[in-house]
Amino acid sequence: MITCEEATRLMSESLDRKLPIGKRIGLRMHLLMCRLCPRFWRQLLLLKNASDLYKKGMEENTSISLSADIREKIKNLFATDSEKKDSIA
Amino acid sequence: MEENLREKEILNPDNWFKDHGDYLFRYALVRLRNKGIAEDMVQETLLAGLKGKEQFKGQASERTWLVGILKHKLMDYFRKSSRESPVTDFISSEESPEDFFDRNGKWKVKPGAWGSDPADVLENKEFWKTFKECMGELPGRLADVFSLREFEGLKAEEIRNLMGLSTTNLNVLLYRARMRLARCLDTNWFEKNQKEPQK
Repeated sequence: MITCEEATRLMSESLDRKLPIGKRIGLRMHLLMCRLCPRFWRQLLLLKNASDLYKKGMEENTSISLSADIREKIKNLFATDSEKKDSIA
Repeated sequence: MEENLREKEILNPDNWFKDHGDYLFRYALVRLRNKGIAEDMVQETLLAGLKGKEQFKGQASERTWLVGILKHKLMDYFRKSSRESPVTDFISSEESPEDFFDRNGKWKVKPGAWGSDPADVLENKEFWKTFKECMGELPGRLADVFSLREFEGLKAEEIRNLMGLSTTNLNVLLYRARMRLARCLDTNWFEKNQKEPQK
């Protein structure tokens, strides 16, 4: 029987690749017998789900925007860049 | 005709700011967590876009094209930052979540039950504040691999190649990141917000 610590490592690993059959069976057995590890498994699944929603929420959060300073800076860089091109052309 | 319109649009940096600047910034920010670096990335992306605008053929949308450039910049950034100090130093120096277990591998700090339907919390604005804070508490190395895996959605193999990591090391880093995040949410959200006391 694997320990809780080993089980948590396998749970994490199983989110990144398919576990080999032996490890998978070991983990399942442990989850059936253990009271606390299934909690951690649910935590990991929620964490994964939450991470995806967090990313999407951040990407769509229009209250987060470039600062005025950096805007100005990039605009100036753009202006000099296109001037250079124009003069070469 | 349509090609021409696209071409005009892409030549106009004012439109880039208005249409995509903030989006690119947020895209970079969620992956990097650092405003200054995210701003640099946006700047580099837009300049690279301007220089390479002839390559824009209009098959993809302008935004997709710019995001593609930004992704390259981000990957370069992660690749470089991973070279700066060996990961093995980090792994051995860092206080590890293995401390959550006793000598026999049993839970020392018990994981919380997180209620009957923990997914409810995903509707809660306050929860996201806590989530962000917990992300902020992760050491950079852990946050980077977690971000590449869960935000950028790279496969484990892609992250290993990018960062020059062994399978074992990547497993350890992702494991620790998840352990810490789960623990942080447990302490700072679920324990505080659950009415029924946990056993």
